[in-house]
Amino acid sequence: MSVVPAEAATGRRTADGRAAGPADAAPLAPRARLLPALGAVYRAQLSRARVARIPLLFVATFQSVGIMVLMRGVVDGGDEARAVVAGSSVLVVAFVALNLLAQYFGQLRASGGLDHYATLPVPPAAVVLGAAGAYASFTVPGTVVTAVAGSVLFQLPLTHLWVLAAVIPLAGAALAGLGAALGLLAPRQELATLLGQLGMSAALLLGVLPADRLPGPITYARDLLPSTYGVEALARTFDARPDWGGVAVDLTVCAAVGVVSLTVATWAYRRAAVR
Amino acid sequence: MVRDLVKTYPAARGRRGTPGTPEVRATDGISLDVERGEIFGLLGPNGAGKSTLVRQLTGLMRPDSGGVEVLGHDLVRHPERAARLIGYLGQESTALDELTVALAAETTGRLRGLGAREARAERDAVLGELGLTELAGRPLRKLSGGQRRLACVAAALVGERPLLVLDEPTTGMDPVARRAVWAAVDRRRAERGATVLVVTHNVIEAETVLDRVAVLDRGRVIACDTPAGLKEEVAGEVRVELVWRERAPLDVPEVAALRESAQASGRRWVLRLAPDEARAAVAAVTGGAAFAALDDFTLATPSLEDVYLALGGRTEGLVKA
Repeated sequence: MSVVPAEAATGRRTADGRAAGPADAAPLAPRARLLPALGAVYRAQLSRARVARIPLLFVATFQSVGIMVLMRGVVDGGDEARAVVAGSSVLVVAFVALNLLAQYFGQLRASGGLDHYATLPVPPAAVVLGAAGAYASFTVPGTVVTAVAGSVLFQLPLTHLWVLAAVIPLAGAALAGLGAALGLLAPRQELATLLGQLGMSAALLLGVLPADRLPGPITYARDLLPSTYGVEALARTFDARPDWGGVAVDLTVCAAVGVVSLTVATWAYRRAAVR
Repeated sequence: MVRDLVKTYPAARGRRGTPGTPEVRATDGISLDVERGEIFGLLGPNGAGKSTLVRQLTGLMRPDSGGVEVLGHDLVRHPERAARLIGYLGQESTALDELTVALAAETTGRLRGLGAREARAERDAVLGELGLTELAGRPLRKLSGGQRRLACVAAALVGERPLLVLDEPTTGMDPVARRAVWAAVDRRRAERGATVLVVTHNVIEAETVLDRVAVLDRGRVIACDTPAGLKEEVAGEVRVELVWRERAPLDVPEVAALRESAQASGRRWVLRLAPDEARAAVAAVTGGAAFAALDDFTLATPSLEDVYLALGGRTEGLVKA
């Protein structure tokens, strides 16, 4: 091992004769504050949709509409129809917020793209929340289209579909947080993709298929999946007189999962950014 | 001029490579001092440890041991300060690829702590400075490699920082873009006193733009001086390059004698010779049988590449363009 001494490394060291002490430390540039930084990340991520995400958003919507058309031959109205429509609508959220976000963060981490954010004075929460918020926003058109198409298809009332205004952000927070955490924690990019796909498949099977047709142990898995609560909240509102208490409880679960998973994702980001 | 940028890696450091490969000492006890306002280069082939050194400097990687002091701040103890002192251009652009050039620059400025109006003003100024205004609305991934790199440089320059760390900033760029980059870098040094650390494996660029350069090989600094100072180490030598049409005519005794000291890569031979030896060699290959086999030859004063070879470095991976 060779160490080049500092004296040998610079010819000009003695020319100016002054060595720097901590006293003349350069002033630090300000940090980016949370909300402006979050806004900037959100805006940038949203703009990516125009370039890269529109085909995938179509896929997400067609997939859900297709599933509903398929299920029309299987279910015969009532509770099961509500479950199918609600499950297909929330599936759009799972596809984009969970699956695509997990893939995005997995890819960003694997390719060294996180370095870009890690070398800027930006709070980790701003990066994670900005991206998660943008991905949750991508789901809005597809979810609305799916919910309306499904309601028409199964002759369900459109009256309470305004509840999507709460379901999308809260289920979006829970699933995007989960997707971000999976993408950032997965040791390899392929694993992040796999976990995202698995999460979406779980949301598909456990969310769209009516609960009382599932075998016993699977219903426990269904209870563990955060998207389930978004599905149930939406399904309840197809009743003529919805159980608003139940809706509130379901949405509270989504919100709590969202807070926890986004916190985990922020921690995972911090851990992934500095290796 | 205050000399207050000190990066010292006194003790051995290492970091594990990918699982399954043996431990690699990417930076092996590197000590460097960079003065304020200097354009300082790290030169070396791929795998010499340049990028690892830069990652330790920017707080992206914690050194196993040793210290990093930038403008009076201890960045090993306070790695989070690096982002507030250093404008960093990494090798990857994946975080920006799907953004337009304008939004990439503006967002980076916002995340560097600028207000919305400042970020837009700096974005416009930097895009103009680098000749990117016409491409402002195009997404990075639709651009050519050199243009994309230029857009990343723009993002790195938005939001003033006293130290710029640029990891191979001009890769893939055409000469016009290169000139724009170096002009912009020099302007920041001249007008704002910025210090610039450039990673490169391009010897020509190293000779023309750098004030001082450290030559890295296998995780160690094997030399550190001004480009001219480094070249003095091989000042007594002349570089002879011979390119043969098909293969070297080794049946000619003079050519066979040169074979010993030549560095051959395919049809190309590079020799570093004393001036009279060089004259004799040129006379030998430009007359008689050898000349028929000769495609091209050049005589040149030594470049940083020769310095690098003379110092015992491996030459593969150094670019001359």
